[in-house]
Amino acid sequence: MSADAPPPGYLAAEPGILAWFRTLDHKRIGLLYLFSITGFFMIGAAAAACMRVALLSPQGNLIVSDTYNRLFTLHGVVMIWFFLIPAVPNVLGNFVLPLAIGARDVAFPRLNLASWYIFMAGGALVLYAIAAGGVDTGWTFYTPYSSTYSNGHVMAMAAGVFIAGFSSIFTGLNFIVTIHRLRAPGLTWFRLPLFVWSLYATSIILVLATPILAITLFLMALERGLGVGVFDPKIGGDPLLFQHLFWFYSHPAVYVMILPGMGVVSELFACFARRRIFGYRVMACALLAIAALGFLVWGHHMFVSSQSLYAGLVFSLLSFLVSVPSAVKVFNWTATLHRGSIRLDTPMLYALGFVALFTIGGLTGLFLASLAVDVHVHGTYFIVAHFHYVMVGGMVMAYLGGIHYWWPKISGRLYPEWIARSSAVIIFLGFNLTFFPQFVLGYLGMPRRYAIYPPEFHTLNVCSTAGAAVLGLGYLLPLIYLPWSFFRGAPAGPNPWDATGLEWRTASPPPPHNFEETPVVTAEPYDYPPPP
Amino acid sequence: MTGRFALTRGILAGLESASSLAPGVDRLILALLVTSLLVAGTLLALNLCFIVRYRRGSSAPRPPPRSSSTVVEAAWIAGTTVVFLGFFAWGAKLYLDEERPPAGAYEIAVVARQWMWDIHQPNGRREFNELHVPIGTPIRLLLTSEDVIHSFYVPAFRLKQDVVPGKTVSLWFDATKAGTYALYCSEFCGSKHAAMTGVIVAETPERYAAWLAGGAPEEGRGRQLFTRYGCAGCHEPGATVRAPLLAGLYGSRVPVPGGGFIRADEAYLRDAILRANQFAVAGYQPLMPSFQGVIPEGDLLELIAYLKTLGAAERPASGPGGAAP
Repeated sequence: MSADAPPPGYLAAEPGILAWFRTLDHKRIGLLYLFSITGFFMIGAAAAACMRVALLSPQGNLIVSDTYNRLFTLHGVVMIWFFLIPAVPNVLGNFVLPLAIGARDVAFPRLNLASWYIFMAGGALVLYAIAAGGVDTGWTFYTPYSSTYSNGHVMAMAAGVFIAGFSSIFTGLNFIVTIHRLRAPGLTWFRLPLFVWSLYATSIILVLATPILAITLFLMALERGLGVGVFDPKIGGDPLLFQHLFWFYSHPAVYVMILPGMGVVSELFACFARRRIFGYRVMACALLAIAALGFLVWGHHMFVSSQSLYAGLVFSLLSFLVSVPSAVKVFNWTATLHRGSIRLDTPMLYALGFVALFTIGGLTGLFLASLAVDVHVHGTYFIVAHFHYVMVGGMVMAYLGGIHYWWPKISGRLYPEWIARSSAVIIFLGFNLTFFPQFVLGYLGMPRRYAIYPPEFHTLNVCSTAGAAVLGLGYLLPLIYLPWSFFRGAPAGPNPWDATGLEWRTASPPPPHNFEETPVVTAEPYDYPPPP
Repeated sequence: MTGRFALTRGILAGLESASSLAPGVDRLILALLVTSLLVAGTLLALNLCFIVRYRRGSSAPRPPPRSSSTVVEAAWIAGTTVVFLGFFAWGAKLYLDEERPPAGAYEIAVVARQWMWDIHQPNGRREFNELHVPIGTPIRLLLTSEDVIHSFYVPAFRLKQDVVPGKTVSLWFDATKAGTYALYCSEFCGSKHAAMTGVIVAETPERYAAWLAGGAPEEGRGRQLFTRYGCAGCHEPGATVRAPLLAGLYGSRVPVPGGGFIRADEAYLRDAILRANQFAVAGYQPLMPSFQGVIPEGDLLELIAYLKTLGAAERPASGPGGAAP
């Protein structure tokens, strides 16, 4: 090893591959998740690529409808439950949370490792379902199609998601206890970094909402396997009951897919503008408000489902209200730049990309919360574009920003800055070219989940596929230069960004026990010195 | 009015607007679009301006910034809330218009099944994946599904309604322009979901009436079903079994055992036929058998349509400009 190599730290603490599978170190478990979800991301992305290529032709000459239907189900299930939901909490949360609060590890290290094994068991079942022939219900598993009519491997797929849910619950529980019990001396609640606040809000959702998903999928399996009438009206069930239960989980889950991203972006804004986040307390409270209100808006997925007229009115009102804290966050990030000292390093480019795309995702969310507009664009490409702006434009940008920000801490080394900046720009452009045309397609009436489509939608679909190619290139670059830098990058030193968080007060990569001595917190968060 | 409408059409890339409610929806979309562009444009300008002016090393003066301001935060929260509530009210008003059909709308039954739209015109004429309607006439569709959830979507009307098995739902519109408009199924329903499309053929009432008359209608099919399923055996005057008479039932208030009333709308008629034991009428023995699984959805819709005509003689007739049978 050369003289300028970073200290070995946790990466070299226990030799051998097997040690990784027995490790109780939160940092190593974070990396286990990083490898696993990167694999799942590539599977989901491959499915998306196949779909986009198929949609180059309105007649769907490349693949038959049944294959297309299996691809979008695969894409949804894998990307949501095996990439987006675990992305920031399980990778960055696991790695950073104990470091950020000055702790030696999470509260329950064994449970943390068990959570990864459960996650992988669920993932294995899902991969089995895909390899055995796939499922064509869509990730939403709507009944009675899923419970009675579909002839794919619905049971295995649902069982995989059911099992992976326990991983979410365990991680959420672990984080809540960790944040309550293991904060360093002096680290009061309102001195916590906003990333920790966001993990706290996320964990509450995971613990409270995930059991509902488990029960819902269990009832669906009961009907499919044993013919117990729960959702199919032919045997005495109610199909709308499924939608209520499913969205009672899945809407809060949408916030699991954005709140941690908001936390990451707050860290990045503070660090690269070198000042305290504007309205820190409001930002923390907004995270909790979004988490709480997020439980009350599930019915906005059902405006055209034939639920009660008055339910529609109430859910629309609440959906507008849940947008208020999100809007306030965007305003506060902008205000944070005011009189800052801004540098556009790669993480900051991702953070700015997040704010731009999340703003578009949020504003189009207002269209969908407006009842009469939703009636028109519900179930069309408009909604596909909207949630990709929030989940991919938002969450994936935040995830990549966070990965780049904490990469020196994770690996002890620096990545090549200019390639990284280029990839951030390519991803931003490719993303917009892919998904912006889909807003127009949706307004023009193109329904989602269509393997073939009328020729008038052809041009916009070609644009979208072209954008997907650019986006794919942008995603490919970090997959090459990050592993390269892991072995060959220049040593980073403990604090390459001059950032304020506790995680920057220890070596990069950190020793197995994180801190040589327990840090003591005496200052507010983001305590950057005023610029000269 | 025409000018504003043309503006809407221009900006929103020219999707046909062919129902009485569509221009209102487009105006709301336009308002949301303009507001969004204003907000996004302002944010973009501010961000760019700050990034350039306060780039690291720039000489811009930086008096110590405030790290929070209650006034600013309160203003942001209050401002957004007020704007959002305005949009909520606007969308809700249009939604109420969409959900509440005018009285006396012309009714057509639609049965969805994998993977077709099966249309039952009032005179019994059937058509598949094509729906003929007269323009300038409020049309109320009564929809149900025989298998899974489908969704009836006509972009040119800005209207959509999920078609749910096990219940009858309704959707109303008033087509304003003659033409042929795309109909899509917009809830995933299996292998050939993307092929479950059709057209709405909107034409003048005269042409519609001519079309309707030309299609070998099965006159009195509802009446035939009423006899075939044995309803007439009990529910007609002079029947040996004492059962409620059905003339004038639709729209009336039916007394239920244990006190109280239930309004006899389509949903009630459907439930009372399929699950009679749970929908007994006060003063009558619950003798009627369940017809769940016995009557196909298409027959059920026609039977309900027939029941609604009973006793309609006492009320003023309604129909699309004399085109109704």
